[in-house]
Amino acid sequence: MSARAIVVGSGLAGLFAALEAAEQGVPAALISVRPSERAQSVMAEGGINAALGEDDSTENHYNDTMAAGRFLADPNAVCKLTAAAPGIVRRLLDLGVLFNMRGHDEPELRYFGGQKIKRTVFAQSGSGKQIMSAVIQEARKYEARGLITRYDRHAFAGLAVGDNGCTGCSIRKAYSGEMTYLHGSVIIAAGGMHGLFGGTTGSLDNSGAVTAALFRTGVPLANGEFIQYHPTTAAMPGKRLLISEAARGEGGRLFVLRDGKPYYFMEDRYPELGNLSPRDVISREMWSLGEQVYLDLTGLPDEVFRARLSDTLDDCLTHLRIDPRQNPIPVAPGVHYFMGGIFVDENHRTAFPGLYAAGECCCQYHGANRLGGNSLLGAIFGGIAAAHSALADGPQAIGGEYLPPDTEQSAEDRIATQTIVRDALGIARDRAELENGIATLEGLPGSMPLLARAIMTGALERRESRGAHLRTDYLEQNDTGFRKTTVVSYDGGTISARFENIPERR
Amino acid sequence: MGFRCSLKIKRQEKPGAAPYWQTFSSEAGGEATVAAALREINDRTPLTDLDGGRAMPISWECACLQRKCGACAMRVNGAPRLACSAFLSEFPGGEIVLEPLGKFPVISDLTVDRSVIFERMKQARLWLEEKAYLSGRRHEVSYQSARCLMCGCCLEVCPNFGAAEDFGGALLSVNAYRTLEQSSGGGHKKEMSEAYRKLYFSGCGGSLACHQICPLELPVEELLLRSNAVAVWGR
Repeated sequence: MSARAIVVGSGLAGLFAALEAAEQGVPAALISVRPSERAQSVMAEGGINAALGEDDSTENHYNDTMAAGRFLADPNAVCKLTAAAPGIVRRLLDLGVLFNMRGHDEPELRYFGGQKIKRTVFAQSGSGKQIMSAVIQEARKYEARGLITRYDRHAFAGLAVGDNGCTGCSIRKAYSGEMTYLHGSVIIAAGGMHGLFGGTTGSLDNSGAVTAALFRTGVPLANGEFIQYHPTTAAMPGKRLLISEAARGEGGRLFVLRDGKPYYFMEDRYPELGNLSPRDVISREMWSLGEQVYLDLTGLPDEVFRARLSDTLDDCLTHLRIDPRQNPIPVAPGVHYFMGGIFVDENHRTAFPGLYAAGECCCQYHGANRLGGNSLLGAIFGGIAAAHSALADGPQAIGGEYLPPDTEQSAEDRIATQTIVRDALGIARDRAELENGIATLEGLPGSMPLLARAIMTGALERRESRGAHLRTDYLEQNDTGFRKTTVVSYDGGTISARFENIPERR
Repeated sequence: MGFRCSLKIKRQEKPGAAPYWQTFSSEAGGEATVAAALREINDRTPLTDLDGGRAMPISWECACLQRKCGACAMRVNGAPRLACSAFLSEFPGGEIVLEPLGKFPVISDLTVDRSVIFERMKQARLWLEEKAYLSGRRHEVSYQSARCLMCGCCLEVCPNFGAAEDFGGALLSVNAYRTLEQSSGGGHKKEMSEAYRKLYFSGCGGSLACHQICPLELPVEELLLRSNAVAVWGR
């Protein structure tokens, strides 16, 4: 196969990577087991951040992102991200995304967590789906022109590795098992490691299997211990249902019962941002309370439910059988987003030349805790940036060795792995739990338990509490020792963690 | 507490293989969905059917589990549904029959090949060649158009889909609305309108079967009429 960009994953990051290549006239292969309509990106609800308000600036957006991430994100990458955000929103409008609008040309903005001013552009509470419909449509144009070729029902199998890095990858057709060998730059956009836990708010397809296979191959991971527990998720069979932060952005309040009366603990204890404090802060508070927390939306006007929270209302009625206009929703923190993942530089290059990563599968932009509204933005900007780097570098010469694919984990082993991971990587962790988790995983075969051990190794070595990483045996944040990036590697025999300095802002 | 039910599943190992029926019991609660029950069955080790015989994992598609991705469309007691929003408590008799969608080739068990949906979208040339024209006027209808999950339930009940060679069905018309509305005119809009007439308008027999079946309850009838108005009647 000729030189091209091979994009693994057809969600928002993968689509933008493929589009960036195609717009430059470079053919892109888009690999995914299911069509883009099924990607986790369609589940995003609340919106996308961009400094578009009159009282806002990209520097403010930068400051909020860095502060929410407890200063663990790469400042140069975040700087580019927030500077690009207003342009990305305009581009989405040009593609026909139906954001809620004020007047003709300007998207409406809403409040979101961790930000004191309105900065989140939204399409009711189906922002991800609306964005994806427009971007899929744009990709279709390039498919018809032969510049994007979809390999539907195909899964990543293994990298091709030559003397100087990654030269391509093999893909395997689902159900038939037929293999195809591709040459070109490889951009991984395969989503977060939700399958390590099971029962998250995310998609079942975001198993983390591609990240696991790459880690086994020697691709380092970064900041894997930073796992976002979203404060407002509700129990439903087989998963956690996300109640979008938009619900609080529109006025929803969190309470626990004190003597039969609501006590609005966030408003009382965090008067500055209250119910819109960063997610790590609220989840930690809920964990320390140890009581049933309720999300109260009963005071919101019907118009807000109709025009701004339609999907949220629908989700509650259908899956929880709760009418949030009448009754408070019982909520608890649930695994929602992986800040860490494949270690990339500010331009989305991995440690292997010729291999790039974007979207939730990579470690970029979010530091120790992601700001609500920055995931769609990070996926779009990261996809573009990864493709940009891949095109600038050009593909490696043909001639790498195609590494053998992993065997699929049995249901029994998957459930065993998930049980161990949930026990060791809760909101709060300590040394004993993590060491026990690592030791127990050693008995399980395959790449997924290896990935789980890698994450736990980082969590064990980071002897401090910061953002989404809460160590009950090290409750303080320790900037001298750990205001650094956790990098975990595998050499074929041993997992090792080191802490790398974060680049200075230029 | 346990809500006993049985899932009778039409199985087929691979394309061309002979289909057969296999029944599984489920103890999933009444609040559970068909999707949750299927996952629970596939997670069993060893996996056995109602009679205690060994069974292969059931092949079916599933991603979001909350009616946002359209992956899990199948026939539930004869009607096309999303497994993630078909609740066990809806079937008080306790026997639930699951079959693959019948309008698409079976790949394995309940997994079918719906690639024709995406091919038709390409044939219909549904994209913009210029910046989207955003008129506030049709915002809500366009929003509904873009919500379509591409699950194929509306095609399953359509007497014309699959009969006429290149008929795209309601799904195509529902999706076309936003694109047609946002296209500011010119050559490409003309091209889209021509393709629309060929791939949708001339093939629709007006059975109305698609109007009530959408698992999202999209305003299908309104979207069809509006798409027709733009693409066929030039309004």
